Amino acid sequence: MSLLVPPLAVTAFTVTCAAGRGADAFACALATRQSGLVYNDLNELPCWIGRVAGLEVAPLPREFSEWESRNHRLAWLGLNQDGFRERALAAIECYGAARVALILGTSTSSIGETERAYRELDADGRFDAAQRRSRVHHTHALAEFVQHALGTRGPCLTISTACSSSAKVFASAQRLLHAGLVDAAIVGGVDTLCGSVLYGFNSLELVSGEPCRPFDADRNGLSLGEGAGFALLENVAADATVPRLIGYGESADAHHMSAPHPQGLGAQRALEDALVRSGIAPDEVDYINLHGTASRQNDEVEAALIARLFPASVHASSTKGWTGHTLGAAGIVEAVATLLAIERGIAPGTLNAQILDPACGPQVRIDNASRRVRVALSNSFGFGGNNCCLAFAAGAA
Amino acid sequence: MNVALEFGIEGIGVWSPELADWASAQNILCGNVECAADAAARPPAAILPPGERRRAPESVLIALEAAQQACTMAQREPRDLPHVFGSAYGDLAINDYLCATLARAPREVSPTKFHNCVHNAPAGYWAIATGCHENSSAVSAGDATFGAGLLEVALLAHRESRAALLCVYDVPAVGPLRDVIACRSAFAAALVLAPWSPRAVARAKLRVGDGATTLAPVPALLHASHAGNPAAASLPLLDALARREPAALRIAIAPSLNLHLEISF
Repeated sequence: MSLLVPPLAVTAFTVTCAAGRGADAFACALATRQSGLVYNDLNELPCWIGRVAGLEVAPLPREFSEWESRNHRLAWLGLNQDGFRERALAAIECYGAARVALILGTSTSSIGETERAYRELDADGRFDAAQRRSRVHHTHALAEFVQHALGTRGPCLTISTACSSSAKVFASAQRLLHAGLVDAAIVGGVDTLCGSVLYGFNSLELVSGEPCRPFDADRNGLSLGEGAGFALLENVAADATVPRLIGYGESADAHHMSAPHPQGLGAQRALEDALVRSGIAPDEVDYINLHGTASRQNDEVEAALIARLFPASVHASSTKGWTGHTLGAAGIVEAVATLLAIERGIAPGTLNAQILDPACGPQVRIDNASRRVRVALSNSFGFGGNNCCLAFAAGAA
Repeated sequence: MNVALEFGIEGIGVWSPELADWASAQNILCGNVECAADAAARPPAAILPPGERRRAPESVLIALEAAQQACTMAQREPRDLPHVFGSAYGDLAINDYLCATLARAPREVSPTKFHNCVHNAPAGYWAIATGCHENSSAVSAGDATFGAGLLEVALLAHRESRAALLCVYDVPAVGPLRDVIACRSAFAAALVLAPWSPRAVARAKLRVGDGATTLAPVPALLHASHAGNPAAASLPLLDALARREPAALRIAIAPSLNLHLEISF
């Protein structure tokens, strides 16, 4: 059978990250090369982070107070940018709540709140009464919160495959829509900075002491960040003019839990599957948003892969110099960067890189470029050797 | 809303302290054998290399044990199967370790424990152990994780007309997490689904939405032991498969949404 998938219309999308609240602010930061990275003030680790300013003073509305956590604050902030919440509610009204799926990616959900509960245990070594909120302290909490806030009643799923989580949500949504089980899907992801990821990545010696420099010859590690993003997916008949999801590829490295396959075998398979499912050839691709974490190994493998598979005409870059690595939110944050490139005709370069690694071909660009972007890919690779590549295209002119 | 996905169930795997494998589960579910309370503490998880088996967290051991059983029964090469691992909570012992260490001495966080804390650790170890480069996913849907995972894997099998593996597992809450998470047992179950063919042991037809149900009673001791374990939501289906009696089951996939699953033989 043909692997080609029917395209879906991305009828609304939004992003909130260190580089901006909302798509316009993010697009402006990308165009003017304003990084969102700041020196770490969350704990004592000497590194730079991509934090969303103001979350500490942005409590959830009173009716959601039992859901309080940094992750849910960021989710709520993100839902309220770009009129996304209104667009989602309109889709629920149009199709019926049971015909709208909700599929969200997160790596750590609200574990930051669980860490806090452990710091504030009572005299008996148990959760403080205020922290005995079963709804918050588990993996699916984010999706349950957003489902509660929006009122969807369709399939509701969390995908948690580390840094590919909120890319894979697009593939799952495509399968649900294509099978006719729903008429629309709200997809996205949220991950927030917390002790687990800051100290965890530090223990793996993957964090840089400077703002991350993806693909730079002297790069020395990643900068962690946080982000929230959402997209509304409908059949193309809903709006033929907006950008489309045209394909996806998902694969496993089968190599190592925290290091990429040295030849990028799994990543290559995800890329090639995305091309096959979307029916496009490598020379039709205008822009690729790379995973590009600025870790030594990831960037070397990914640069070689892009040099091997694509012609020099492709503009490829990592946007993590603006946002930091937003982990489980990276898929949606970078899907939005890719959609903005299509919508606004600006392909971002690679912020903070000065001299490119010799593994880079001519595809990897430091500078931004104004160019027509008709077809674009977004790569997301995660721990466990988990890979996802998304393919997007411009809508009908 | 009446779109139906049809498939065959080719392989079944199960592990809990009382259920070593599908053969022992069949005996207990059919009432041939009493459910014994004294049981194995760890599954063999023979697919893992010995060194990794010693270090692997409990969630990885029980998930890989059930997944391997299902593939063996289906006579399918694990490396050929896209797979979905579903768990409501992930590895709660590792979460307890991480949160306790962060509260006490954050710079002492172990890098191995950290990379094992990702929700896709069992899926990652499975792909590495089997050499599988297919789509590898890790999902959660709280109490509805079994149903939501079943839908996800049925769609994968349906979309590309191929066999796919589902594994659901959850392990007991440890330490202060016991105050907020009710899971007190270890339970894993796995199914290999594929387009219907005579090699399947049962035929399944799945729709989103409610329908009449014929819920068979799961043995009381088994039911009680795993009441708080979301992976044990698979027990009514396992029961129907063990008895080889046609059944219609209602399985939650979200707080107000069910799958209607018809099983025939």
